[in-house]
Amino acid sequence: MRPEPPLALLAELTHRCPLRCPYCSNPTQLTGAGEELDTATWARVFAEAAALGCLQVHLSGGEPMARRDLPALVRAAQGAGLYTNLITSGVLLDAPRLAELCAAGLDHVQLSVQDAAAAGGDRIGGYAGGHARKLTAAAVIRAAGLPLTLNAVVHRQNLNNLEQLIDLALDLGAGRLEVAHVQYYGWALANRAALLPSRAQLEAATAVVAAARRAHAGRLVIDYVVPDYHAARPKACMGGWGQRFLAVSPAGRILPCHAAESIPGLDYPRVQETSLHAAWYASPAFARFRGTDWMPSPCRGCERAEIDWGGCRCQAQALLGDAAATDPACDRSPRHGLLADALAEAASAGQDFAYRQFSESNIRSDGIV
Amino acid sequence: MTPESIPRFAPGHRLHEDAARGRWVMMGPERMFVPDETALEVLRLVDGARSLAGIAGALAARFVAPEAEIAADVAALLEELRTKGVIQA
Repeated sequence: MRPEPPLALLAELTHRCPLRCPYCSNPTQLTGAGEELDTATWARVFAEAAALGCLQVHLSGGEPMARRDLPALVRAAQGAGLYTNLITSGVLLDAPRLAELCAAGLDHVQLSVQDAAAAGGDRIGGYAGGHARKLTAAAVIRAAGLPLTLNAVVHRQNLNNLEQLIDLALDLGAGRLEVAHVQYYGWALANRAALLPSRAQLEAATAVVAAARRAHAGRLVIDYVVPDYHAARPKACMGGWGQRFLAVSPAGRILPCHAAESIPGLDYPRVQETSLHAAWYASPAFARFRGTDWMPSPCRGCERAEIDWGGCRCQAQALLGDAAATDPACDRSPRHGLLADALAEAASAGQDFAYRQFSESNIRSDGIV
Repeated sequence: MTPESIPRFAPGHRLHEDAARGRWVMMGPERMFVPDETALEVLRLVDGARSLAGIAGALAARFVAPEAEIAADVAALLEELRTKGVIQA
């Protein structure tokens, strides 16, 4: 059966970023500036995405504002007919630069914060003065009349500040707040013991969200999902592999999700040689975990097979070394106990981070060889 | 909202032709929904200039239907979309 076309494209424009968040969703092997796709190639990718059926593009990174051609990229995406969403840390955003993006047709901004106040935010983001810059950015975004989503990545070291994060979203005039639990891949997996929240913390946070949703209905929408390590069922990662979304990496790899390169043995096509259409409909990498045929026991025949889609392939790879296994976040996985073990380890672990960084050992070359 | 209210899309919201799937969708900040046929006819007339009464009048003329009935339906739909943050008036 021919798959449905994708709904959205995640465009990871760059891995460059002034922040050093220890849970960064970028791969641990980062792409250097010299390997990034140029303006014209991204413009072509946006046109291909729209023609394929994508309705929205998430302009992400790294920090997408690190791309000096960002206004041209927004204009190209807007011209292709895509709804344009900028996902930014805000630290490089000021009124003149935002005015350029608005003129180019930007639709929406998602601004991240690392904590509710400067001391915690600057420590977690590894960037002195970052939190204050974010507050300024939020004011600039609202002054321009753009809708704002505040994205608060939460974990053990800031989850107790959730009420203050909600107040911050209201103060900044955000229409949406994403309370996004850290997902433990790559950098975050390396920092897992310092980040995993306790069950008691999670339950308190869930109650805070429920109360805030009632109190601020019609004013603030709060997105919140229980994190894998405390869930009985896995998340339907990306709505199923190769079913709803695709991502393009800074160097041009076409991926079913931004973390998919953590899975060895899959040959992801590159925009330099392959159209998004061909990647979506004809590449073995996109077909590999699509649908239910690939599923092992206990997913195979499970009544939730087409609800959870087996959970997350990258998590199965990261925790079990086998991307084709049932996500251990599912309590029907024989390896589900690994998550409880990680929670037990985290309960007695310290608070120190291994920050994300570029170094000679983790910048890769992804060029044509 | 009253018959004189002039509805417009909230910031970040717009109607978008989803050509790949042969439909129109309402795009918003990290959300989208597919309006039914009736809602789509109403939303197409939301232009920041027409009032509720103006929208109802245009639809009544086009579909040769009683204007009072249509006005009630338009008001109910736009009120619902206002509480969802899609419409401002």
